[in-house]
Amino acid sequence: MAFALKHLFGLKGVSQEDITTILDTAASFREVLDRPIRMVPSLRGVAVLNLFYEDSTRTRISFELAEKRLSAEVTTFAKGSSSVSKGESLRDTVRNIEAMKIDIIVSRNSSPGTPQFLANHTKCRIINAGDGSHEHPTQALLDMMTLRNHFGTLEGLKILIVGDITHSRVARSDIWGMKTMGADVDVCGPSTLIPLHMDAFGVTVHHDFDEVIPEYDVLYMLRIQKERQSGGLIPSSQEYTATFGLTNERVKRMKPGAVIMHPGPINRGVELDYRAADAPNSLILDQVTNGEAVRMAVLLLLSGRGEE
Amino acid sequence: MSKQSLLIKNGHIVDPSQDIHKISDILITDGRIKKVGNDLKPNGAEVFDATCMLVFPGLIDMHAHLREPGGEESETIKTGCESAAAGGFTAICAMPNTTPPTDDAGRVRYILERAKGAKARVYPIGAITRGRNGKELVEMHDMAEAGAAGFSDDGSGVANARIMLNALRYADMVGKPVLLHEEDADLAYGGQMNESALSAELGLKGLSRLTEDIPILRDTAIAEYTGTRLHITHVSTRGAVEIIRTAKNRGVKITCDVTPHHLTLTEILVETFDTRYKMKPPLRTADDVKVLIDGLRDSTIDAIATDHAPHSPENKEVEFVDAAFGVTGFETALGVIHRELVSKGILTWPDVVRKMSLEPSRILGVEGGTLEIGSIGDVTIYNPDSSWNVDPRNMKSKSQNTAFFGWELPGKVIATVVGGVLFKNE
Repeated sequence: MAFALKHLFGLKGVSQEDITTILDTAASFREVLDRPIRMVPSLRGVAVLNLFYEDSTRTRISFELAEKRLSAEVTTFAKGSSSVSKGESLRDTVRNIEAMKIDIIVSRNSSPGTPQFLANHTKCRIINAGDGSHEHPTQALLDMMTLRNHFGTLEGLKILIVGDITHSRVARSDIWGMKTMGADVDVCGPSTLIPLHMDAFGVTVHHDFDEVIPEYDVLYMLRIQKERQSGGLIPSSQEYTATFGLTNERVKRMKPGAVIMHPGPINRGVELDYRAADAPNSLILDQVTNGEAVRMAVLLLLSGRGEE
Repeated sequence: MSKQSLLIKNGHIVDPSQDIHKISDILITDGRIKKVGNDLKPNGAEVFDATCMLVFPGLIDMHAHLREPGGEESETIKTGCESAAAGGFTAICAMPNTTPPTDDAGRVRYILERAKGAKARVYPIGAITRGRNGKELVEMHDMAEAGAAGFSDDGSGVANARIMLNALRYADMVGKPVLLHEEDADLAYGGQMNESALSAELGLKGLSRLTEDIPILRDTAIAEYTGTRLHITHVSTRGAVEIIRTAKNRGVKITCDVTPHHLTLTEILVETFDTRYKMKPPLRTADDVKVLIDGLRDSTIDAIATDHAPHSPENKEVEFVDAAFGVTGFETALGVIHRELVSKGILTWPDVVRKMSLEPSRILGVEGGTLEIGSIGDVTIYNPDSSWNVDPRNMKSKSQNTAFFGWELPGKVIATVVGGVLFKNE
């Protein structure tokens, strides 16, 4: 298989072929995850560093499990447990790490562009596990895998991403990836949580959630961060829920066959009703399981071991 | 200054203050221009052969950061002046956002003391408010007497309109210019680059044009109301140029400057998250660049200033949101203006001298900007046919954060003369 990427910084500009290769590889790993022994030797001898400068539980665990199931040597380096808290610069930290013979770095950082920074300062392969509000490509890949499993294809699907677009790396990666795979993606949310200049993304911006709900096959609900609720961007979480929350009443108005997704962790009662997350048409737990398979696929493909 | 004499032979003199644009000799004695004419005899003077070179009144940079005191790892007054000399500047304004800030007469004197024997004149700019906190005016009279050439809270705007009104009136009485960094701190909060489709895509918080246009509108109104003058530094937006143009047409006493990087680079360079393109104001769009160039041509924009802002790798080679704002500017300014504006027929050499020497001297009220007999012996000697590649490692500045790395520039500063003392670039 031909795979063009050396690093996974984001999904902008990644071809349909490469995304399909990742999703196909992930599908085969999904079978591995259903076996009694959930482990393969593919990355034996490959050293992977999870460099997490920002709090993350589920993404970090998902990557660690994916790495271990591929038999990689795994080290995790999280803010607060390293010299980062002693004031060492990322550049120095990374030089030290490289001297320790690391092959792949999985990076989570609050600054956009940190994966590019790491690629410029090391010879390692870089996987972006979230860089500020820029991109979170493995999340979007697992979202696409989930949709492909459910609908058979992304081609022609109508997807609405709802919530805080401005601060969402998930929204950006989903828009790029899903559009590349042929879906029709739009966004919906309060005007203060959607960038003024959305032209680059090629999406339609909606502000009337109730009006557009019945048109979409997928309602992708984003998490509303607590700090946005008090930062002058929205008047209150109650008003947000009333206008953009997926309430039970709104679930009932969804198009027949339409599904609910969320990148987690959910603020139940804010963007999603207590029961909506567990509705029969919610794919939220499938997303989590697929996350591991997708991350195994990305690790394998970027390691170059996939061709052996 | 020097008791010696210096004879600059056969240079092509460009002096718009006297409409001179011809090959001639210049004799400088006792630090002042003694004679300008053909076939001047040395009579014991040191002779510098400037054949095939352009000879300008010394360039004056109205906006620079020398980092001393407090930021000596990035630049010192001495290295800053070496960098300025290498770029052809014979005088530079040292902005007050040091640690501590230049906000009293003692600190003005300190800078002047440290600048003794340096390769360029240093004009300390005092803060407008104590601690640059926007609350209380500095002792402008005392600081002006100590040698402050003007006042600026550069690095921040002055948020309070009442303080701004008082600052403009008080500085006007003292007879010194106020150089304004226009930025609305609330709108700019957390901003990293120009707000645009690109910032939305990159997930970087935007610094919208409003962060600059709104305070310029406000301060133009204040200056018009009080009848005092004001100078806006590093304009970067279409709006800034349009506001200033109409204000000038109404007779408001407003002047402004622009940097070489805002005249030549656009926000698209930030796409790869290269922190060498992170500065305030941020790089804007091709439309803004066009309007800035138009403003330069129609004299809405009076001057070109570098905003030389050296930063050590510890402050620049870090994650994008943690990186300091600013780029170095002294050593590339003239070459970039030559390549992008003179070679393309946008400015003539007399225009360049007007924007980089004559107007700065007028706005600041300092000597220079002319080669008239009796004026100070500050001269810049430039070889317009000597191309070189910008290599950050070869800079005289202590810092390497130039946005023009890798550029081929068409000409080289060969020497500067400050008060009759010749400094040759090797």
